[in-house]
Amino acid sequence: MAEHILLRHRDIPDIDQLDVYLKHGGFEALRQTVTGKTPAEVIDIVKASGLRGRGGAGFPAGVKWSFLAPNVFPRYVVVNADESEPGTFKDRELMERNPYQFLEGVALCAYAAQANEAYIYCRGEFWDLAHRLEERIAELEERGLLGRNLFGSPYSLKVVVHLGAGAYICGEETALLESLEGKLGQPRLRPPFPAAKGLYGKPTVVNNVETLTNLPPILSRGADWYRTIGTAQSPGPKVFCLSGHVNNPGNYELPLGTTFRTLIFEHGGGIPGGRAIKAILPAGASAPLLRATDEILDTPMDYESLPKVGSMLGSASVIIMDETVDIAWVAWKTTRFFKHESCGKCTPCREGTYWMLHLIDRLHAGGAVEADISLLEAVARGMQNKCLCPLGEFSVMPVLSGIERFRPDFAAHLGNGR
Amino acid sequence: MLKDTHSSEIEAILARYPADQKRSAAMPLLYLAEQAYGYLTPAALQEVASLVGASPTQVGSLVGFYTLYHDQPGGKVRMQICVDLPCALRGAETMAETVCANLGIRLGETTPDGAVTVEGVMCLAGCDKAPMFQSQDERGIHYHENQTIESAMAWIEQTRRGGSDG
Amino acid sequence: MSDGLVHLTFDGNPVAVPPGTLIVDAAKRAGVDIPVFCYHPKMEPVGMCRMCLVEIGRPTKDRATGELVRDAEGRPVLQYGPKLETACTTPVGEGWDVRVQSEKAIEGRREIVEFLLTSHPLDCPVCDKGGECPLQNLTMAHGPGRSRFLYDDKIHLDKRVPLGELIFLDRERCIQCARCIRFQEEIVGDPVIGFFERGRQLEIVTFSDPGFDSIFSGNTTDICPVGALTTADFRFGARPWEMNAAASICPHCPVGCNLTLNTRREARTQGREVIKRVMPRQNEAVNEIWICDKGRFAHHFATSDQRLTKPLVRRNGQLEETDWETALDAAAVGLRAAGVAVVGIGGVRASNEDLFLLRSLVDKLGGHAWLDRSLGGGDVVQAVGPGAGTRLADLKAGDAVLVIASDLHQEAPVWYLALRQAAQRGATLVLANARPTKLDGEARFLLQYAYGREMETLKGLLQGATGKASGKVDRSEAVAAAGKALAEAANLLVFYGGDGLTADASTALANACGQLLETTGHVGKPNNGLVAVGPAGNWQGAWDMGLRPHPGGVAAALKGAGAVYVVASSPAEDDPAAAEALDGAGFVIVQELFRTATAGRADVVFPAQSFVEREGTYTSGLRRVQRFYPAVPPLKEARPDWQILAEVGRRLGQTFDPASPAEVMEAIRREAPGYADVTYPALARVDEQWPVVGGPDLYFGGTSYDNRQGLGVSLLSGAESGGRLEAQAPKAASAIAGEGMLLVPVERLYDRGATVLPSDTLRHRLASARLELSPSDASRLGIQSGQTVEVRWDGRVERLPADVVDGCPAGAALLPRSVGIALIEPVRVEIRAAG
Ligand SMILES: Cc1cc2nc3c(=O)[nH]c(=O)nc-3n(C[C@H](O)[C@H](O)[C@H](O)COP(=O)(O)O)c2cc1C
Ligand code: SF4
Ligand code: FES
Repeated sequence: MAEHILLRHRDIPDIDQLDVYLKHGGFEALRQTVTGKTPAEVIDIVKASGLRGRGGAGFPAGVKWSFLAPNVFPRYVVVNADESEPGTFKDRELMERNPYQFLEGVALCAYAAQANEAYIYCRGEFWDLAHRLEERIAELEERGLLGRNLFGSPYSLKVVVHLGAGAYICGEETALLESLEGKLGQPRLRPPFPAAKGLYGKPTVVNNVETLTNLPPILSRGADWYRTIGTAQSPGPKVFCLSGHVNNPGNYELPLGTTFRTLIFEHGGGIPGGRAIKAILPAGASAPLLRATDEILDTPMDYESLPKVGSMLGSASVIIMDETVDIAWVAWKTTRFFKHESCGKCTPCREGTYWMLHLIDRLHAGGAVEADISLLEAVARGMQNKCLCPLGEFSVMPVLSGIERFRPDFAAHLGNGR
Repeated sequence: MLKDTHSSEIEAILARYPADQKRSAAMPLLYLAEQAYGYLTPAALQEVASLVGASPTQVGSLVGFYTLYHDQPGGKVRMQICVDLPCALRGAETMAETVCANLGIRLGETTPDGAVTVEGVMCLAGCDKAPMFQSQDERGIHYHENQTIESAMAWIEQTRRGGSDG
Repeated sequence: MSDGLVHLTFDGNPVAVPPGTLIVDAAKRAGVDIPVFCYHPKMEPVGMCRMCLVEIGRPTKDRATGELVRDAEGRPVLQYGPKLETACTTPVGEGWDVRVQSEKAIEGRREIVEFLLTSHPLDCPVCDKGGECPLQNLTMAHGPGRSRFLYDDKIHLDKRVPLGELIFLDRERCIQCARCIRFQEEIVGDPVIGFFERGRQLEIVTFSDPGFDSIFSGNTTDICPVGALTTADFRFGARPWEMNAAASICPHCPVGCNLTLNTRREARTQGREVIKRVMPRQNEAVNEIWICDKGRFAHHFATSDQRLTKPLVRRNGQLEETDWETALDAAAVGLRAAGVAVVGIGGVRASNEDLFLLRSLVDKLGGHAWLDRSLGGGDVVQAVGPGAGTRLADLKAGDAVLVIASDLHQEAPVWYLALRQAAQRGATLVLANARPTKLDGEARFLLQYAYGREMETLKGLLQGATGKASGKVDRSEAVAAAGKALAEAANLLVFYGGDGLTADASTALANACGQLLETTGHVGKPNNGLVAVGPAGNWQGAWDMGLRPHPGGVAAALKGAGAVYVVASSPAEDDPAAAEALDGAGFVIVQELFRTATAGRADVVFPAQSFVEREGTYTSGLRRVQRFYPAVPPLKEARPDWQILAEVGRRLGQTFDPASPAEVMEAIRREAPGYADVTYPALARVDEQWPVVGGPDLYFGGTSYDNRQGLGVSLLSGAESGGRLEAQAPKAASAIAGEGMLLVPVERLYDRGATVLPSDTLRHRLASARLELSPSDASRLGIQSGQTVEVRWDGRVERLPADVVDGCPAGAALLPRSVGIALIEPVRVEIRAAG
């Protein structure tokens, strides 16, 4: 078994204790960086590593940092620990079990961004985790590993944990910033992007927990080493969240470019009861459904390969459905989710998710006719490319791909109308 | 008044944010008020609003938007079972239905003795340990994973008896 | 191109607009309609409703060379994005083509309309907005013939949710565009309404007490693009197309908001035309497209059934109804008998024409006409500005405004809005008051003085600005820094009011402000000069017509009067001494709307027409003369004040016998300072205004009316004609020096005066006769909030409930004006807990 770079607690179970983390080289990367590298050098290294954002969009982290509005201060780093995509549970494990590596990553990012304040925005449900993180931050401040004048340098960093309160949309970075400012979590218009105008109108870096947890190993081992893992376009390790109909659900840290087959059968132990695999949602509810054909099972999971087969990698929350699953029911589940989570700011998402759910409800109630499936498709198409933020755009993906790739499942519900 | 009973917590919360951005403290203070009063009364909204220099309407809006704030009293503890897709694939709906049937209530309702409100909620990031639920009460929010109908019922019984494993 | 403009095309038609212009606005300027719901030209774009979708083609650049790619004919090749884009959030770009009418764009917008209609009840036939609703229009134009959303599946929501007692919400009709919420937050700064819930459940709520606690709430019903928000006043009152529209000017405060009065004939009034609603009329130099709730809801006084409808004369000690001839003759006889001992008292509610005629009539009799209200300094305003063409909406970073001794939020609400926004655009706001006011939060410099010491602050500012000041000067650093900022401002406007000032003190303050402006060079040009925050609508006009307050007050003016001629004023209400003086006067004539305490003391009472029945002009605080027009027929026998005066004059053999207010204006032009160009036709002139509102599309600005009846004439100040302020020796010691607590009358927007009280709509919000005390005084005097106290002065005793209010200055007790307790000026009083 290869060494874990992110889920390091799988190799060193008590790495969630500071002394253990320090014994294994913890905070060396931060010390060397703060005392020996300029922020610009850090950005260059991260750019060179090819590290891409693990929150879903896969945007190169170093490139994003280089967009920070020059010479505008204060700046902020905001960590996206909202982890609310159905089927995603990797950030939680990282923060619970390998917390110091994550916090060291936060500090490295803040140093690169020249920010003296970092906010970790945890979804409200991570109550216990957030309080534990606060204790760890206090501990680090006591030990001089966070706080004022790190390692005797002029650089100071305050890290604050902020709890959300139940709203998936707050994972979208601008809604998150609104929420952090004490407002409704409704997305802002972009541009301006957070790097130009973010928290409190100041230049802000928003990164995902897993993205930042990659930083200590990149800074200590170098960009070239990092690129030996994964693919050329999608370097590095990735934590894949495997859930649904598999024998061993859980997080698996594997190089980007690992195939579905390897993840599901080698690591996940295959499908319970020896049943056949039917469908895969590779990115939670927010990407098109895939038919689990051999071609798909052999597709490498990375940022380039999945769009080629009609889906997306997103946060790599791989939900498996076996042959017993009715895809019309899956569409109902995902649509119910999006209707519940639509912030209501823009018309197509607010009304469209409601309308789609309404039509799918009717389908399940046996009151739908053939034309209702077409109408469902038309409503979904009508929403496409018109929403203010990606949530609304995501919401139609399982529906449209479901109808396109699993139409018989929908047709099976047709009744005689009303 | 929170100002009298929780002054050090309030100060600590306000200190987390820049002095001119007190509104950021609204959400943590709402949690504080919810824990102190059980749910968010109009008076509590006024209090939080004046602490952060926002209008009561601005603070009240948050209560409507975010699902973990409640402006109506519920059971002593809220049992929030994840019934979203990944958990549903692993039996969460059956568990939620059975728990409710055992309690004689429907999802979203409170037991007649006021002990527990059972709710179905969206993904809680515990999909690999499904079925699972979280409990929300005056002590905060806690996860209960790898559940069975039996373990969930046992937890409810324990809660009813006044003890809870938190 | 080098004209500094951005060139683009709409469906191929070329337009040039300044850089930064949003595509929607550029389209509007070019006469192209792009439908919008959430976008409002007065607010930041939010891109929420997605109604304004268009296709945008941008010139393509060669990646390698950075050069524009051109086709065979040398035209740049445009690339249209795969997505429709929101025109309301996208600024224009050079060489772009915007496809508004392409199939793709039309289809996209049709889909948005269809989405909106899934929630909407389509109850246009019974909707207050029916006939002036953009959603209704769009549904006709874009919408599908038959909704694919089954009507029976619509969720039904509450159609009558009170957001307080003034504004009602119909949840079914709301399309969640947030215009109302954003208006309250961005423009007013009162975030008292907000969204609750999320997604399809979003609804508008208020948590304020009283509900929707804002004096600008009515504007949200104008800008609501559907019929979701309605006023208690107008809800189900009438259908828009059944109503007539008359142009008017709000008479309540110095802003002079332009209004449209919507009227309709009604059975309940025996077919008489009645006012159904008051709407803002666009005047970007005055009120833009806003009005306050007083202007909107207090109009009921004009049509109140308490109005006087017939002339009255005193017979055997009783006022009895009579005919006009008898009353006019009686007035003439009484005046003639008094000889030269005639005193005129004019009120600030009267029009320029009325006040001009009163003054000239009394002058010609050898008497003297005075203004009833005590604020001084109208002559200083004439001399030093505001300069012609002043527009508060033009103030920006680099400009400065000083507000002293005034609570603009309560005294001139729409100026409050304008200055708040000016401050947000970066203008420097200096506030100097004796008590906190709502504008404080916007001030760059917030200077507080103790009542009676305003001149020290002003001299401190002068010291900071010019390095010169004499006498008692506030030399604190903040004041000096503020003074410096004022001196350095590109443009400077000074607003002074009369809060806590005696008549003399306000005169002295006005002069000192004038000096500050003159010495810093801030006179004689637009957006510079002095503005008085006068009481009611035509205080400045009254000064311009040659009236001014008597230095000793109304009572002193009336001393020894053989005859008194009162127009639109009731000094007996405000001032016991004046009441006594009236009782002692030989003969009293009163022109009034109501049977006031003054009318009750008269020998002849003429029923006057209110501003809604007649025409005339008011001069606003920014010295803009504006015309109002008749909206409803006169109430029974009531006549306009100018006409009554003319008829009385004719009986006295006076030669000037005007037949119309326009003719009076011809006379005014020759006498009043700066009025040379003011004619009725000039007052009716209009210009193109931005944003374009009131067009048939209704997208912009909601249902506020465009201005087709005149923008008025902005007067030249004395300074613009090379005049200089005459140096005045400031009066010595303030009259309010002395021992004891200072009882200060304060202006409240919703007072209980005759022009507010008759409005049932506002009754829950009216100020009442309660005293405000500071916590320190209250504890010293052993007074609890809510307790009744005794206030004694000049032999008077008033028993009032007291409220302990944070921020009320120590040593002062504040009492609203016009709530039933006569008090004109601050006085020293003794206060104790009532036994
Ligand atoms: C509806 C929606 C939900 C999202 N939820 C999350 C989330 O829970 N966690 C996260 O890290 N990013 C989430 N994102 C992505 C963020 O907007 C943002 O791209 C990310 O935090 C950037 O960090 P990264 O570059 O490190 O991935 C979400 C985006 C959308 C549109
Ligand atoms: S797409 Fe949905 S979540 Fe995003 S802004 Fe629109 S309503 Fe809100
Ligand atoms: S999105 Fe442009 S007008 Fe609403």
